[in-house]
Amino acid sequence: MIPAEFRYLFPSTVDEAVRMLADEGEDAKIIAGGQSLVPVLRMRLAAPTALIDIGGLTELTGVRDDGDSLLIGAMTTHYEVQRDHLIHDHALLLKLVTDTVADPQVRHRGTFGGSLCHADPAGDLLAPALALDAVMIIAGPGGRREVPAAEFFVDYFTTALAPDEILIDVRVPKYTGWGAHYEKLNRVAQAWSIVAVAAAVQVRGGTIEAARVGLTNVGSGPVRAVDVESALVGQPVSAIAEAALRASSGDGYKDNLARVLTGRALTAAVAG
Amino acid sequence: MHISVNVDGVTYADEVEPRLLLVHYLRERLGKTGTVVGCDTGNCGACTVHLDGHSVKSCQMFAVQANGHEITTIEGLARDGKLHPVQEAFRTNHALQCGFCTPGMIMQAIDLLADEPDPDDETVRKGLEGNLCRCTGYQNIVRAVQDAAQRMKPGAGPKIEQHSDEHVTAKQPVGGE
Repeated sequence: MIPAEFRYLFPSTVDEAVRMLADEGEDAKIIAGGQSLVPVLRMRLAAPTALIDIGGLTELTGVRDDGDSLLIGAMTTHYEVQRDHLIHDHALLLKLVTDTVADPQVRHRGTFGGSLCHADPAGDLLAPALALDAVMIIAGPGGRREVPAAEFFVDYFTTALAPDEILIDVRVPKYTGWGAHYEKLNRVAQAWSIVAVAAAVQVRGGTIEAARVGLTNVGSGPVRAVDVESALVGQPVSAIAEAALRASSGDGYKDNLARVLTGRALTAAVAG
Repeated sequence: MHISVNVDGVTYADEVEPRLLLVHYLRERLGKTGTVVGCDTGNCGACTVHLDGHSVKSCQMFAVQANGHEITTIEGLARDGKLHPVQEAFRTNHALQCGFCTPGMIMQAIDLLADEPDPDDETVRKGLEGNLCRCTGYQNIVRAVQDAAQRMKPGAGPKIEQHSDEHVTAKQPVGGE
């Protein structure tokens, strides 16, 4: 289908994009990689009056080292995340999750920040962002503000972003040397997860010192399996099977999937 | 809106509606009907073209987003009447039945071989995950891609299909590999 008509705007700075959003009103929409938005427009599930294309904002692209954390530009593509050495060394879980997003063509256009802002509960990047304590750095008319992932994902396809705000960077603490794995259950190529589990584990001398576990598609947003995480701290690796039973989705079928996949994800993460 | 796009080595300047999809621009304005529309939902990959040397689904972006960029379609691959090695490999390995998915399969296969010059069976299948063949002729497609890899050593990259004399506009991978 053909999308409804819209005005197309192409800002060259973040501040200009923020001004355009304010000027155009709440029926304007930011387009990043467009890999979720373009299908939505074509099916006419949305008909924004204006599209503000931030594809020209090169300042939002790339990954920077910021001491104890990484700063991932919101417009960094999945393809770039997959190949970035900082992410490989300090946030391996993000690379492994991104490897499973959609398909190669989509990963060339789709962006890290765009996926987070789209906030599809079946989207793969929400659970690791939550589990890794990512912080969203947001630009708006009043300046910059920071929102932790735990407060950013509000509901189905809904974030804490105001209509006149733009996600510009994502700060992710470094998890250097942590084992990681993303266990994703889907039935066919390029399908969304039925349930998936993102796990990162720090192991020293056979003892689990810290764990992060995030669940994809078990609710209206990503879920952090805090009970699993706390049950693992200070335990030997053999405690994983027992701890995984604490994963929960509040739904019978997915409850079982959450537990089984959590066990698999943690076991694979420990194995490195 | 005014755009300027290089498609298969020729620069076009056009006035387009912002809502015009890139695939419709290629087919209906430029007559590049070698790039086909398969599913209309972003799943099938039949409309795959290269944007600055990397594969994209041309039904998943607007023509205005290609402004200032370089597009290669299936029609831009052959040189002086000689097929691209991947096209040749698809022909000799009988990697098509109805042929509708073939333009997208070939464009994605070239992209895959740029990153993975000597892919095993599993790597080819993963690399073609975004392309669907409704004839389910995948076996010969995988064979063709591996055959093409042998024909193309040391590999096909954005440089091999570059038309302009300017520097390659393709994004290079940030890290290793």
